[in-house]
Amino acid sequence: MTTAPAERFALRLHKVSKAFGGVQALNKIDFEVRAGEVHCLAGENGCGKSTLIKVVTGVHQPESADLIELFGARVDRITPVQARQRGVSVIWQDLALFPHMSVAENIAFDDLVGLRPRSVRYREMSARAGEVLERLGVSLPLTAPLNDLSIAQRQVVAIARALMNDAKLIFMDEPTASLTQSETDRLLDIVRKLSADGVAVVFVSHRLAEVLEIAERVTVVRDGNLVGVYPTEGMTQARLGELMTGHLIENKVDARDLPDAPVVFEARGLSRHGEFEDVSLTIRAGEVLGLTGLIGAGRTELAHVMMGMRRADAGSMTLEGSAFRPGSIREAIAKGMAYVSEDRLSLGLLQKQSIADNTVISVLRQLTTASGLISDRRKADLVRHWIRELGVKIGAPEDAISTLSGGNQQKVVLAKWLATEPRLLILDSPTVGVDVGARAGIFRIVRALAEQGLAILLISDEVTEVMHHSDRILHMADGRIVQAYDPRTVSVPQLEERIYA
Amino acid sequence: MSDTRRLPGLKGFKHLKTGGPAGENLSLLVMLVLLVVVFAIASPRFLTGANLGSMGFQMPLLGLLTLAMLAPILSGGLNLAIVYTANISGLTLAWTLMQFGGPEAGIPAFILGCALAVIVGALAGAVMGGVVAYVGAHPILVSLAMMIFLRGLGEFLTRGGDISGFPDHMHTLGHGSVMGIPVPLILFAVIALGWHVLLRRTPHGFSVYMTGSNLKAAEYAGLNAKRTLVLIYTLSGVLCAIAGILMAARFSSVRVGHGEAMLLITVLACFLGGIDPFGGHGRVAPVILALVILQVLSSGLNLVGANQHLSTAVWGLFLIAVMVLRSGQIQRYIGLLSRKDT
Amino acid sequence: MRDALRSHTIEVRLAVVLAVLCIALSLSAPQFATLPNLTSLLNNSAVNLIWAVGLLVVLIAGGIDISFAVASSVVQYVAAQLLMSVGGGNWLLGFLFCGSLGILLGLLNAWLIHGFRIISIVVTIATFNAFFGLLMFFSGGRNIYNLPDWWTARIFIFEHENAQGIWSELTLSVAVMIGCVIATWALIRRSNIGRQLYAFGDNPEGARRAGVNIAVMQGVAFGWMGLMAGIAGLCQVNIVKEVVPNALYGRELDVLAAVVLGGARLGGGKGTILGCILGVMFVAVTQNGLNLLGVSPFAFQMIIGAVILVAISTANIDLSQFFRNKEARS
Ligand SMILES: Nc1ncnc2c1ncn2[C@@H]1O[C@H](COP(=O)(O)OP(=O)(O)O)[C@@H](O)[C@H]1O
Ligand SMILES: [Mg+2]
Repeated sequence: MTTAPAERFALRLHKVSKAFGGVQALNKIDFEVRAGEVHCLAGENGCGKSTLIKVVTGVHQPESADLIELFGARVDRITPVQARQRGVSVIWQDLALFPHMSVAENIAFDDLVGLRPRSVRYREMSARAGEVLERLGVSLPLTAPLNDLSIAQRQVVAIARALMNDAKLIFMDEPTASLTQSETDRLLDIVRKLSADGVAVVFVSHRLAEVLEIAERVTVVRDGNLVGVYPTEGMTQARLGELMTGHLIENKVDARDLPDAPVVFEARGLSRHGEFEDVSLTIRAGEVLGLTGLIGAGRTELAHVMMGMRRADAGSMTLEGSAFRPGSIREAIAKGMAYVSEDRLSLGLLQKQSIADNTVISVLRQLTTASGLISDRRKADLVRHWIRELGVKIGAPEDAISTLSGGNQQKVVLAKWLATEPRLLILDSPTVGVDVGARAGIFRIVRALAEQGLAILLISDEVTEVMHHSDRILHMADGRIVQAYDPRTVSVPQLEERIYA
Repeated sequence: MSDTRRLPGLKGFKHLKTGGPAGENLSLLVMLVLLVVVFAIASPRFLTGANLGSMGFQMPLLGLLTLAMLAPILSGGLNLAIVYTANISGLTLAWTLMQFGGPEAGIPAFILGCALAVIVGALAGAVMGGVVAYVGAHPILVSLAMMIFLRGLGEFLTRGGDISGFPDHMHTLGHGSVMGIPVPLILFAVIALGWHVLLRRTPHGFSVYMTGSNLKAAEYAGLNAKRTLVLIYTLSGVLCAIAGILMAARFSSVRVGHGEAMLLITVLACFLGGIDPFGGHGRVAPVILALVILQVLSSGLNLVGANQHLSTAVWGLFLIAVMVLRSGQIQRYIGLLSRKDT
Repeated sequence: MRDALRSHTIEVRLAVVLAVLCIALSLSAPQFATLPNLTSLLNNSAVNLIWAVGLLVVLIAGGIDISFAVASSVVQYVAAQLLMSVGGGNWLLGFLFCGSLGILLGLLNAWLIHGFRIISIVVTIATFNAFFGLLMFFSGGRNIYNLPDWWTARIFIFEHENAQGIWSELTLSVAVMIGCVIATWALIRRSNIGRQLYAFGDNPEGARRAGVNIAVMQGVAFGWMGLMAGIAGLCQVNIVKEVVPNALYGRELDVLAAVVLGGARLGGGKGTILGCILGVMFVAVTQNGLNLLGVSPFAFQMIIGAVILVAISTANIDLSQFFRNKEARS
């Protein structure tokens, strides 16, 4: 145990545990943050990072705790309001904002909380919100409802809200997930400035480069257990990844040349007003084509046009040699397209429904007998087949899909689409919310599919991902394909520089 | 919130809470048996053929309307227009029969009337489904507007009066028995079975559940969610029409507003039968059990001398009791109490 | 200002439609824009408006209430019995009795909803049946005519006789209604409690994490609805001068339709007093106009239903075109 005087710590936790039903989210965790320090909390998805924040701020009560101490004072039972009064604020991973309320009210909302009735001064509220935004160097329409803002702008609102109350300890739970590089850089500057002013910042992120750049120390958590606390000096991304997952993740460029493979999909001069322009690309059988660029570059919009969800204004597509102009997503699927959405939580899967139903949802026709009824036997066979084929770890097929981890959920998404026997598989950010360990499993499947001749379009804004898993890379910016790369002749830093420039 | 303390002695409540479809059926069945036993002891007339028969005649009407309510709830909505859709359909039948001489109208006229009634019901449903699916308006509001419209239309057409004077063969539909089983009950059983098969075994039913739990995601998976919604509201309208025909046969008259009180009872029966109010989950069988329970409650109370209003109150209280038990919060409260003791 | 207009599209559109309707009616039906007609329009809408603002608060907080109209009946009946047993009482006691009885019924809903985590539509459909069944059972469906004099006395807050000798007058209910509207406006727009209600309706988990007391919010929302239901019950007796146990049965859905028409969002977080008033008045003016135009009263409901159906259809069509990112929360 440390012997430093207690006031030097913004936060000290000793043997804190929290369980949800059968899941031990935190298991006797120790955690210390020094005053004015930038401290990183690292770990795979679902290891308990957000839960730790919720326990400290009184959103959840811990099962047991030997000590929770804020700024040198022991706290036994804390409420969110008390935590804030003591100088703790949080940027929540899911933002926890109010979509129909104004931007100003969202930023200044904490002032309104409490049961003592008082009147609301809108002008004062706007002024205060405006001040914080100014400090952040951004301008947002203060009276507009939050709904009108983009995801990145909402993230800025959440950041502004946390900076509102002169906090002495700020938790930032994956604040950069939806930010571009320049926005991220600005946030990191603010973090440095806060730290210089004596504010302690706990920074949660799975972008390891960022972690190593900003933090002085990093606490690694795995499956609710403390792995250790390490200085970032001398730490490498590979080592950190290993600490998080418990095993070494090897990544190497693995591109192949496929000049003789038949072209599966071709787009010529595809445009859609305000989204992308003059996009041409070809994908061959067995090829993994990487498509990268910043969020908002038009990649998802392009995928939507390929899937028939929207119509192109100009240009043409061909699928396996014949003209392809899908009028609906159903038509696209029938012709052999498959699309793994970037938003698995609300679009990719039906979270409330069972694993089995999520697996067969796109191939109902295969399951119906001559009488027009769904055959339970065929359904069970199909589900069993794909669960085994992709190595999905499940309890029972009737369990809700939400009980699975991110990686296993994504495997079910893949199973669903593979059951349709597609010609072209579009993977839109397939590893969002999938932890480092499970990513390797997903890409092993992707590679195996490519070897069997499936054409794959891999959309991702993680440069390392497209580098290590595609045969060719296209860089998209502002709705245009700006350049093609061969992963074997370009390095990750070079590519990152081009993209973030 | 979720720090529920499990007490070994409270396992009995557990299956009420989650328990899956089997547990749901089981706990409702236990309640049903308990009620039957209680009423059988309280009134010697309860288990007589006459009472059971009258229950068999009464339940199908509420049952059909409940099935018509069930499907839209599964699809993530609600159909508040069911009773007036039934009324308007009944009116269509009555009008057709009038054209063919009222009491003298023959079987073909009756069949034509039924066909027209079903078309009218389907149309009302299709309009609602269309607005819900393609405009994205909230089903509560859409069906509410449709309800107000149909009620107005019916009052306009009938000037608030009844239409009666139906041919005798309709009497068989409402009051006849085949081998001792009431005809309405047979009708209901057949339709309930069909409804079950439609929802649980066909691709369309599958699509209803998926659309109900997340319309956007269902579309992304390639289901035609909008068509599903239109179809399910249309089918709901068809069931209302059948209920309307039965209502005309049972009451030997048609009046707009007949059965109005059943509207919210159907919702109550669905929730009692464990239907997820947010859509996406629920089965036909437990809802039918719930209906039988409601019928037993009302007939039993009637036999021990209470009136229909007391039954209504008891239905409401019963739903509250069941929801409270299902919520699992009881366990928490008892947990808190027992912790204080130690 | 532009933002304000944009975030209140439904209110603005409804206001325009209502204005057009009023102009058309004053041109086609000369009696429409007369003082006697307008005052009676207000008198007849008072009870609906009191309910509507109460329901608005519940909708904003993310709930729904089906039981308020029969709750008003319960309050009327119980208050009548209680007041007679204390020798008649007076207006003050009347407000006190009706208000607190209403609040109690509202809190009962809130307790069931929050204490047992049952969603509000299930709870209020259950309490709707329980309230109504018990009321009819205990009252035997009989009306109460012998009420304290103060309760049935006609009190006017405004009287005017025009040249033809026709009186225009505003009843006490209108004053009470105005009070309720202003109080509700102050609650949801000007107080921090109201803003927490919006936040809770908009994103319950976010509100919880910010430290909003969820139990109290449910209590405030349904308690307020109950208070309004109690007051509406009191006023309605003053208007009709008798207590009829089943008189208000069935009114809840019409009020709900009007409030949602006025832009309150089923699901919470959105809704304004202005929209609520416009929604109720839109229905009232349509009915009044049809009446003046000599349309058969049997056709009123049909036309109103059709108008609402058209209104919601067009409202949502336009919205989805104007705001691309409205699907952000599905
Ligand atoms: N409210 C909750 N109910 C049940 N399980 C939860 C809840 N919150 C988190 N969990 C579980 O606790 C574990 C840790 O989750 P979390 O703290 O969100 O992880 P992280 O933020 O590190 O990704 C996960 O297994 C998650 O499923
Ligand atoms: Mg997290």
